[in-house]
Amino acid sequence: MSAASSSPSDTPAEPLLVTVRGLSFRRGDRIIFQNVDLDIPRGKVTAIMGPSGAGKTTLLRLIGGQIRPNAGRIEVDGACVHELGRKDLYQLRKRMSMLFQSGALFTDLTVFENVAFPLREHTRLPEHLIRTLVLMKLEAVGLRGARDLMPSELSGGMARRAALARAIALDPMMILYDEPFSGQDPITMGVLIKLIRTLNDALGLTSIIVSHDVKETASIADYIYLISDGLIVDHGPPDALENSSSAWVEQFLHALPDGPMSFHYPAPAYAQDLALEEEPSRD
Amino acid sequence: MIDGLQRLGRSTLGWLNRLGRATLFLLRLLGALGALVRRPGLIIKQLYSVGVLSLPIIAMSGLFVGMVLGLQGYANLVDFGATSSLGTVVALSLVRELGPVLAALLYAARAGSAVTAEIGLMKATEQLAAMQMMAVDPFARVFAPRFVAGFIAMPLLAGIFTAIGILGGYFVAVYQLGVDSGAFWSQMQAAVGLVDDVINGVVIKSVAFGWVANWIAVFEGYDAIPTSEGISLATTRTVVNTALVVLALDFVLTAIFFGV
Repeated sequence: MSAASSSPSDTPAEPLLVTVRGLSFRRGDRIIFQNVDLDIPRGKVTAIMGPSGAGKTTLLRLIGGQIRPNAGRIEVDGACVHELGRKDLYQLRKRMSMLFQSGALFTDLTVFENVAFPLREHTRLPEHLIRTLVLMKLEAVGLRGARDLMPSELSGGMARRAALARAIALDPMMILYDEPFSGQDPITMGVLIKLIRTLNDALGLTSIIVSHDVKETASIADYIYLISDGLIVDHGPPDALENSSSAWVEQFLHALPDGPMSFHYPAPAYAQDLALEEEPSRD
Repeated sequence: MIDGLQRLGRSTLGWLNRLGRATLFLLRLLGALGALVRRPGLIIKQLYSVGVLSLPIIAMSGLFVGMVLGLQGYANLVDFGATSSLGTVVALSLVRELGPVLAALLYAARAGSAVTAEIGLMKATEQLAAMQMMAVDPFARVFAPRFVAGFIAMPLLAGIFTAIGILGGYFVAVYQLGVDSGAFWSQMQAAVGLVDDVINGVVIKSVAFGWVANWIAVFEGYDAIPTSEGISLATTRTVVNTALVVLALDFVLTAIFFGV
């Protein structure tokens, strides 16, 4: 573990699937990431946590090549994602999946057809084999019986599980999870937690979970990065972070209302805004 | 004065910027057409959505427009004892102008707006992003099939609108106003030319309108701000912009084909 550092130099010496070096990204004048370094080891569940608006989802989109960094380098399995042409990028994406916060199921297709979608698009498997594969994936997430339902007929948790079945349809090497637990009831959350860990271990995946659900994410993560204000504030295994002396980590992990992270968005003085104080002279 | 000029300049630059993005979008769309050759099923599914489902409004509107033309044409021609020319008046009005123009406007309102809203919602609910992350190009899978299906459907709908309109005019003229049936059809047959009127009128115009109507519909969906308000605005822009472009284009084509 390192305190308030953006260097991943002390991450476990394991084979890496994703390496991020010197990443800088801004939206307009707002800096989202500033010279960030980050390593994602193969075969592990790595969590990226931080407050809302810290750029967690943006980081997933950068790793997936959906947006390009302003500076730095992002390598996935040895390929620099933002330097790849569309064809090569799509080849790489066939080996990675992303579970979107909303599930992003295709609303005009049944659950079965949603899971079959990547198989139909990228393989020429006969129909009976596609059926077998889809039923296997749906069985893994407990939705084999819901194969004929439309996405609008699913609960939030079921939609996310169906999206998870679709995400593993092509047996990817890596899955990016964008806030998989947000808005879920405790039972569904427990099911998702178990599924993510089980699928990661059973299928030999690499999982990156972006979340601000501290307890749930920490329970299945092998390694955690904490990000805030465009920097990696701290990183390490969950138990090491739990004992961190960093005031920021203490505030975030224990959901303390007061600490280094201000409750208020930057603003002029309250009294001045309410016109209770005279504005400073401009002489 | 200066402020007004600045605003005008800004809105002109904004409009040009949008036109540039729409053109780049169209080029990428055309580049994705090749992938559709192997997947005609995608086009057929959309043909049902934008074409078949538009038939009721197209047929009903065509019928009423033709009937109105019959009544109005009779009211004017009867003064000159030329009611036998009613078939010609109804047919030329529909074939040259009303068929393609009204069909395009109705198409934009029924199918174009639906395409924009569907694509805009797919964007807002991250379905397009999910598709990209699955290494599936939305241009080939979503945009191009809708564009091609609409481009095929538009001339067919304009043809159906025109044909039903003529039938509507016929029923009013013959069964309500007592115009001779033989005169109605023979005068029409003699006056309406295949190339001069049908090809230059309903065919070429509806092909051109189909191109712009579907380009606008698909682009507006793709370019929509992914919020409720953004999709609502994009849908409105599809209908308004298509109407304006179709009417302007109609003037240009009419000047080329029928101008003196």
